[in-house]
Amino acid sequence: MTRPVPGAEAIDPDVDLHVPEQRTEPQGRVLAAVAAGGAVGASARYGLSLLWPAGHGAFPWATFWTNVAGCALIGVLMVLIGEGGRTAPHPLVRPFAGAGVLGGFTTFSTYAADFSRLLDEGEAPAALGYAVLTVAAALGAVWAAASVTRLALRRRCG
Amino acid sequence: MNWLLVIAGAVVGAPLRYLTDRAVQARHDSLFPWGTFVVNAAACLALGLLTGALLAGAASSRLGLLFGTGLCGALSTYSTFSYETLRLAERGRKFQAAANVVASVLLGLGSVHLGTHVARALFA
Repeated sequence: MTRPVPGAEAIDPDVDLHVPEQRTEPQGRVLAAVAAGGAVGASARYGLSLLWPAGHGAFPWATFWTNVAGCALIGVLMVLIGEGGRTAPHPLVRPFAGAGVLGGFTTFSTYAADFSRLLDEGEAPAALGYAVLTVAAALGAVWAAASVTRLALRRRCG
Repeated sequence: MNWLLVIAGAVVGAPLRYLTDRAVQARHDSLFPWGTFVVNAAACLALGLLTGALLAGAASSRLGLLFGTGLCGALSTYSTFSYETLRLAERGRKFQAAANVVASVLLGLGSVHLGTHVARALFA
């Protein structure tokens, strides 16, 4: 059985002031959880960029897969937090894992900088392909991951 | 040392995103995710300026790791952006979902590109 939870209607997974509970979140502990999660996520992203460096004119696969994987994981996380289990998860799970780890792992600025670099290196088709492919794969990943997680929860709960 | 620079930047960038998102949301009541939109655009402009300074030789690679990979990387987010777009679409706000994608991408790509070339010209 899934439970209706406060915040199930939220748009923003990090913090949504339409949800009364999130208006009064304890700021100190939440900020510490977001910072700690951000350090973990950014370190993982940096590690991947070292393992899979993008050379001159090359397609930035590390950033691409980082963003696609992070989008799939937020789809799983938010469905589990919002619809899974009968008891509410610990209040710091969402700030740590969502806003922190996944927010720090994925990056919009590096995505944009990769596009700009490819463009300046004279690789306009690759730049445009990268820009469009990332958006499509990221949105597809969050949708597919959320749908599959929802389906799995319904099966398990009968 | 390089890892510490990335972590130091992220420890500031991630909470800064959370606080900016909150502050922007407190100023309006629409469902459009202005908070994340503003944070991503700002991080893109900042990373563009930094990239321009790096290319012009006016900034060190360590500064790039601290402010670029760490701070701007953690300040901006793809996961929050994509989840918000999904939520808007699921709630029947298809136009807002599409507008969020088109505006975020065009503004983000434009900001980095403009920032890079402005900083390059300034520091050259």
